[in-house]
Amino acid sequence: MSVQAEVVPAPPPSPAGEPLVKLEGIKKYFPITQGILFQHHVGNVHAVDGVDLEIHAGQTVGLVGETGCGKSTLARVVMRLYDPTEGTIWFDGRDITTLKGKELQELREDMQMVFQDPYASLNPRKTVGSIVSEPFRLHQTVPKNKVKSEVQQLMELVGLNPEHYNRYPHEFSGGQRQRIGVARSLALRPKLIVCDEPVSALDVSIQAQILNLLDDLQDEFKLTYLFIAHDLSVVKHVSDRVAVMYLGKIVEEADGAHLYREPKHPYTGALLSAVPMADPELAKQKRRIILQGDVPSPIDPPSGCRFHPRCPQSRAIAKSEGIDGPHPRCVQEEPELLPQGPEQIAACHFPLEGSTIEGGDASERFDDAIVEVQEEAERSEDASEPS
Amino acid sequence: MPQPLLEVKDLRVHFPTDDGLVKAVDGVTYSLAPGETLGIVGESGSGKSVSSLTVMGLITPKQANISGEVLFQGQDLLKLPKDEMRTIRGAKISMIFQDPMTSLHPFYKVGFQISEAILEHQEISKKEALDQAVEMLARVNIPHPKDRANQYPHEFSGGMRQRAMIAMALALNPDVLIADEPTTALDVTVQAQILDLIDKLKSEFNAAVIIITHDLGVVAEHCDNIMVMYAGKAAEFGNTEDIYYKPLHPYTWGLLRSIPRLDEDTHERLHPIRGLPPSLINVPPGCAFHPRCPYRFEPCDKEVPALLPVDGHHAAACHLSLADKQRIRDEEVMARG
Repeated sequence: MSVQAEVVPAPPPSPAGEPLVKLEGIKKYFPITQGILFQHHVGNVHAVDGVDLEIHAGQTVGLVGETGCGKSTLARVVMRLYDPTEGTIWFDGRDITTLKGKELQELREDMQMVFQDPYASLNPRKTVGSIVSEPFRLHQTVPKNKVKSEVQQLMELVGLNPEHYNRYPHEFSGGQRQRIGVARSLALRPKLIVCDEPVSALDVSIQAQILNLLDDLQDEFKLTYLFIAHDLSVVKHVSDRVAVMYLGKIVEEADGAHLYREPKHPYTGALLSAVPMADPELAKQKRRIILQGDVPSPIDPPSGCRFHPRCPQSRAIAKSEGIDGPHPRCVQEEPELLPQGPEQIAACHFPLEGSTIEGGDASERFDDAIVEVQEEAERSEDASEPS
Repeated sequence: MPQPLLEVKDLRVHFPTDDGLVKAVDGVTYSLAPGETLGIVGESGSGKSVSSLTVMGLITPKQANISGEVLFQGQDLLKLPKDEMRTIRGAKISMIFQDPMTSLHPFYKVGFQISEAILEHQEISKKEALDQAVEMLARVNIPHPKDRANQYPHEFSGGMRQRAMIAMALALNPDVLIADEPTTALDVTVQAQILDLIDKLKSEFNAAVIIITHDLGVVAEHCDNIMVMYAGKAAEFGNTEDIYYKPLHPYTWGLLRSIPRLDEDTHERLHPIRGLPPSLINVPPGCAFHPRCPYRFEPCDKEVPALLPVDGHHAAACHLSLADKQRIRDEEVMARG
């Protein structure tokens, strides 16, 4: 298969109709200030730095990345919980970037969120009934005398016993609390549900229950999900399309099967190879790319391709051309998101060839390069340390 | 068969509370040979952490009713007086905790915290202890260990803090290292780094390792033997191959089937274990797993199944006959993928 971006035909048009959510050039910077009385602006945290993403109705789009890559910030921008620094958010064909007041509140009926920590996202002093009926009270979509029966229906829907209407969150286990969170998000029959790490805090057996529940609800209510997690196996399981984020940018986007079989971006390859597998034989066969060091600071992201200081591929290519360190092109030129095959886009000057899991042709070059990356990471860390 | 380094025999830890007796650990037996890695797998509340805290002597008879034996190099740790236990804890058996954010003291420099552990057990000067701490930080691949030793925990990233914890745990060259969910709070990429580091150091220091986790995926590549725990008891015990390819307990089947796998088609339905883990105050009679078990039959709610060996290294606590278990396993559980 060719990796030259030019010869690959453009991806086929996406499913019919306008996407439900469309993000164009979304940037979110958080200012860093110094001084007590006179605060002056000394820099920005580039949490999200130019993201384009489309989510079609009825689809699940997964967002993966390490801590601090900006995936939760992006979710909050979509929800209009943060105002984007730049860019446009389209929802259902409408520009919602600057909606205010009543209009914004009405919009919230259509988009809801399920949070990561089921212990922190439920008010411990309220009963389940009042937690789940809160959306009805705020939006008044259901007459007061019908709220209770509506809530009990919701509880039944997510697999909770409706008789537990008057219980408090502490009386439930983690998985049941997450069900309460799901019931609350469903109350207004939204079109879009943003799930921010909904199963990360749960035990494996309970995690599967919640994933199946989300799947069933999607079928029943034609829901659209934006699903965020750091665990690639969970994201791949639930998503129609997966977007991989690194330091505020999407570096690769594809459907789950392509992403797993033929990752194009070295970062995706590294993420995949780090996923633990409950299969010792398969785990031993798989090509391991262990990334050294941590994600660089988003205050001053690396030049060119943001992944270049940790990228073994860039180094391997440079070495074959007789250059030490990362390839100059990666350091100077920022790669664009280009089509890399049907339904797959990646932002890399030197995309991977072959499968990461079964071992590709370049794997030996890769292994040499990893050692160098480690040394380089140490040096660059030295440079980035505050004096 | 080498002489076991650590032998836990019929360990029971019961906490008396106002609501009743919490049977956190209820008859656990295992042994650990030098250089071996044992994985203890189970859900929250299965007793996996309590059993290892008891081995460390961190749960005392004041807090709980403890019975059974913990033999370390032939010596019963449960009968040791407090001050003798202190010479073993940290020096011979040490532990890495789940949350590196809370297990380092935020007020003290990392180097000092590591040297403190060394000073407790060795009669050397503070300066020498600090030098050893720096050397340990270098061995766990922390760049610029000298500067790093002089920093506070908040200046470290999550992965680095866990490395510092490992440095502290290995500073005295222990014989047994217990890692309690060492990677649960970390990213997958960092998780892979930490697990590889533990593997590498294990062979360098020739230590035996116990890895406690709730995720069967984590331990697949790193363990020799695995004990699956449920409600304070061992449900299944075997080497890695037994557990992943020839599992014989319905709970192990459930755990394996509920993990989404990368090599599987998207949207394939998962098979969660239905219901919830039991309360340890009211453990179901008979086999504790029977209310959640799809294969339960006549004796399951009356008799507690014994952990019966299948062959030399593999044992499962289930009433189903071996032939039935093998049939169900081959037809239903391992059929996928």
